[in-house]
Amino acid sequence: MSSTTAPKRKRAGYMERQALTRAIPFMIPFALLYLFIYLIPLCYALYKSMYTVGRSGLGISAPEPKFTGFSNYINVLTDPVFMSSMGRVLLIGLIQVPVMLILALVLALWIDMRTTVGKRFFRILYFLPYALPGVIAGLMWSFLYAPSLSPIVKAAEAIGIHLDFTSGNVLPFSIMNIMTWAWTGYNMIIIYSSLQSIPSEIMEAAAIDGLTGWKASWKIKVPMVRPAIILTAVFSIIGTAQLYNEPVVLKGVAPNLSSQYTPIMSALSTLTSNYNTSAAKSVILAIFIGACSAVFFAVTREKEPTK
Amino acid sequence: MSTRPQIPATRALPISGTEEVKINKRPWYRSKDWSPLDATSKFSKYLILFFMTIFAIYTIMPIWWLIVGATKPDGELFSGNGFWFSDFNLWENLQTLFTIQDGVYGYWLLNSLLYAGLGGMCSTLFAVMMGYALAKYKFRGRGVVFAIVLAGVLIPASVFAIPLYLLFSGTGIINTFWSVFIPSMVSPFGVYLSRTYAAESVPDEVIEAGRMDGASEFRIFFQIGLRMMAPALLTIFLFQFVSVWTNYLLPSLMLANDKLQPVTVGLVTWQYMRGMPVGYSSVVTGALVSVIPVVILFLSLQRFWAKGLSAGAIK
Repeated sequence: MSSTTAPKRKRAGYMERQALTRAIPFMIPFALLYLFIYLIPLCYALYKSMYTVGRSGLGISAPEPKFTGFSNYINVLTDPVFMSSMGRVLLIGLIQVPVMLILALVLALWIDMRTTVGKRFFRILYFLPYALPGVIAGLMWSFLYAPSLSPIVKAAEAIGIHLDFTSGNVLPFSIMNIMTWAWTGYNMIIIYSSLQSIPSEIMEAAAIDGLTGWKASWKIKVPMVRPAIILTAVFSIIGTAQLYNEPVVLKGVAPNLSSQYTPIMSALSTLTSNYNTSAAKSVILAIFIGACSAVFFAVTREKEPTK
Repeated sequence: MSTRPQIPATRALPISGTEEVKINKRPWYRSKDWSPLDATSKFSKYLILFFMTIFAIYTIMPIWWLIVGATKPDGELFSGNGFWFSDFNLWENLQTLFTIQDGVYGYWLLNSLLYAGLGGMCSTLFAVMMGYALAKYKFRGRGVVFAIVLAGVLIPASVFAIPLYLLFSGTGIINTFWSVFIPSMVSPFGVYLSRTYAAESVPDEVIEAGRMDGASEFRIFFQIGLRMMAPALLTIFLFQFVSVWTNYLLPSLMLANDKLQPVTVGLVTWQYMRGMPVGYSSVVTGALVSVIPVVILFLSLQRFWAKGLSAGAIK
């Protein structure tokens, strides 16, 4: 028995080794860069996050880093300011992501309809904000939000409505609006390209069977573009968790915006005073984002028929 | 199954008899091959058009404000109707923009172009090589390698910005061109996309045929593989270009020297000045100018990224 399988196995092993020697030269440039830009910094942050710079009582001797294990993590996880920044991002994500994705899906379905007028125009227009940097989007909207500068606030004032986009309670919604403005078109395009790959025979067959309009969209199109919707959802979750550009720019017109408004802002705020804490915050955020997207993938993939 | 044969029948309908007259009279918005899917009522069609127009206005509003704002003199930027032109001052604004603070804005634009353009090209080449290797060479452990790269897709670059800053700040790389350029050469998403694309579009037989002819692995890749993966290449380049061009966090951390900063970092510095000494009109004009290259790139290459995007989405 072994006499027949052994050479086979040997041959398979040889093939794999040969494939590896062929693959390595192709992989070296990316692998090295990935190592230096992603893996080593992450390990370095992990290492730094385990240390605390102790200050001696009189401040005479130089501060020395001391190994303190997970104490930075415990401090960060019990820090109400950091945790509220996490909560804020979570809240923004829970409201903004579904609203944006439903909008994107509806727009994609409309643009996919054969009878819609001006598809190409709308498609390009909706996608346009994606090409704009987050800080530029933030900049434009901050001028439209600023109480003293905004033409919208002024126009509303003229008809007796008082608008304040930068007060504490409204700020999260102002930020959600910028994110929705910037990313709906992008998500729409992903869903739309997926809709385009549905063979028209399927939809025609459904139409002949009397399934048209919303019913057809809901029962056939939406399930068929499920993977695309999942992809957009994961990208949106990731995007929300790393929220930074928009609030930083908004701070220019909303001084009441906390400098630790989001987790990344929080990590940055301690960068010069206590970078060990910043390292711990980054690691926590990285794990949180990785876990969120992994869980979302796992949950949504399970229900799919095996491919 | 029973409905299948009916499809050609409905398609053929307009050609027979009286229907032909109708087809000549078809409105401009009806496509030639009419199908039962076109049986949408006029009401719902206009309702859809209405809502789509509203969303279009919402999308264009801030951009329109920016365009109008860039043409106004500094004093009129926030007085009068923000959404309509007053005194046309665009040329003067542009002149101020490119000369203020010793013409630092020109440096910013050039830097952005270098980081995004060169970084995009390098990252595309490296990502495609990696994706091709993962798709076409069946070595042991390639699944694990791919999973590690995928982790880089799922955890965004901005989370790595702080660790990277911690690492670089101990070396001489910080506050140099390289501190922003090196990170822009890596695109895990590009690897993900090109692996999918290579698996689908580069047949093993072609590679095998190349080997038979005595071509080296690199030659096969550069002469056959790259050509077959051209649409994916463009998509990855566009993505990386945009993500580097729009990046703010990493360059703002790494670069204190304003002559090395990209345009995003520079503009935020100006906005924080709140009008003095650099006026708001320079911020607005600068924002508009900085957007133009990316928009042009996108509109001209629209076809390609849409295709590539769907390749990534369907898998």
